[in-house]
Amino acid sequence: MRSLAVSRLSAATRLWLLAALAVAAMVAFMTLGLRGNLTFALELRAVRLLALVQVGVAVAVSTVVFQTVTANRVLTPSIMGFDALYVFGQMLLVLLLGAAGFAALDPRLKFAGEAVVMVAMALLLFVPLLRRRFDIGLLLLAGVVLGVLFRSLASLVARLIDPNEFAVAQGMSFANFNTVRPDLLAIGLVVTVAAAAIVWRQRHLLDVLSLGADSAIGLGVDWSRVLIGLLLLVALLVAVSTALVGPVTFLGLLVAAIAERVVDSRRHFLLLPAAVLTAVVVLVGGQTVLQHGLGQATTLGVVIEFVGGLVFLGMLLAAGRR
Amino acid sequence: MIEIENVSLRLQDTRILHDISLTLPKGGLTALVGPNGAGKSSLLSLVARLQPLQSGRIVVDGLPVDATPGRQLAKRLAILRQDPAVAARLRVRELVGFGRFPHGRGRLDDRDRALIEAALQQFGLQDLADRFLDTLSGGQRQRALVAMAFCQGTDYMLLDEPLNNLDMQFARQLMRDLRKAVEEERRTVIVVLHDINHAAVYADRIVAMKAGRVVADGPPSAVLRTEVLAEVFGYPMQVVEIDGAPLVLHHR
Repeated sequence: MRSLAVSRLSAATRLWLLAALAVAAMVAFMTLGLRGNLTFALELRAVRLLALVQVGVAVAVSTVVFQTVTANRVLTPSIMGFDALYVFGQMLLVLLLGAAGFAALDPRLKFAGEAVVMVAMALLLFVPLLRRRFDIGLLLLAGVVLGVLFRSLASLVARLIDPNEFAVAQGMSFANFNTVRPDLLAIGLVVTVAAAAIVWRQRHLLDVLSLGADSAIGLGVDWSRVLIGLLLLVALLVAVSTALVGPVTFLGLLVAAIAERVVDSRRHFLLLPAAVLTAVVVLVGGQTVLQHGLGQATTLGVVIEFVGGLVFLGMLLAAGRR
Repeated sequence: MIEIENVSLRLQDTRILHDISLTLPKGGLTALVGPNGAGKSSLLSLVARLQPLQSGRIVVDGLPVDATPGRQLAKRLAILRQDPAVAARLRVRELVGFGRFPHGRGRLDDRDRALIEAALQQFGLQDLADRFLDTLSGGQRQRALVAMAFCQGTDYMLLDEPLNNLDMQFARQLMRDLRKAVEEERRTVIVVLHDINHAAVYADRIVAMKAGRVVADGPPSAVLRTEVLAEVFGYPMQVVEIDGAPLVLHHR
């Protein structure tokens, strides 16, 4: 009992350290290199900070939930092409409405439409895939193929539209942490907070799901219903983060892997906050360092994809060796 | 009581179960025996609603398994499958605690904690309670999973080859624990066994299956006879009697 108390404490302590780091990153982001009109600068930064934190929460929560439901630690919604699905929906809209019509749409309406299209497609594709008894190899293969498929479809549509429209569309298909979309902040906030709250309430259920479908059903979980509900939340969260900053493939993988190392547990009451805090540290801290330390030498998206990609490869190799 | 009526199962083009009807009254330890591929595990997983019922009816204590809310059923019936994949970074105590999930949705009260400690004690897991599952041997993990099923506190327990990976001492201990649960806690245990001699000593009833059908059903003394066993397993084996219980010399 005592050793458990100690290890709990140390996991909790590590979580608190992570929280302190996240707060420090946010303070640095808000205050470093402030010049000129203070209110204007602070307001600008606050909006960007809010967007980055939202993205962090959305990516972290969606990745952890997805990994638990699929019983794997290598795949994330992004690697399986959820965000490409969202971009594909956007491209389709540009194609159907033309660049002018697309730009004239209310961004919130646009977001709602794209989110609905994406959630519908995600459920259509993934519920049958996950409901069956699947082995991890098949899932990995299907995931990577689907990811490539959605990305190719998006770029196919991009080739079909005329160059002016392409410029509009292209702006959406790269991750960009410097210019976030303030017009989507409010709706994103509602979706993110609601989804994160639901997931937090279900943290014990998620623990049970990590035992696998059979054990979960044996413990009274309505597997199909829970699966659909959770995938819906994952799709919505990915829609929020993609709408705000564009697709980031390896961010989720990176934060979930780091979070699991930090708390050394798959229990969700530890893992969820750890993943969220890690995402905040990576996004807000990384953005601050790049802006002030390295003078915008590169963009955060590139760094995250590079490091995350390496982690992905490392995990694949480690899984292969086992 | 578990009532199984005209249950058939077909996977792709293979018939796994042929029109099985079986009534298992409340109380007692029933052993399911039979060669590989006889359909024992499939039958258990249908009773535990891990697979959808294709035809027929299965009713546990008056609750049809395909129409009863999962949680309600989980308070009456626990299932332990063969080698369930289990998340690695979980401690033994946490895993055993999941057995209480149907009762408190993950919130543990003092009674739950007492039950968890009792289950750890019963299966000799006190010293391993804070270890991660991926640091345990196969047999230790198996004991933790059985402890979780016990901890669920259900009237009915379905165990699919629980003796897998257990050494002789723990295999014997587990069978004695199951017997104790039947006699002292009035639980109903249905267990798939490969070691027929464990069934001979500890079971009240043996159901022998072959190629998706029930081929023999009765007390150990009625089923564990040379001619019955030859029909089930496909070769003749000598049966002797020691201290009133049959002993099958299946290895000679």
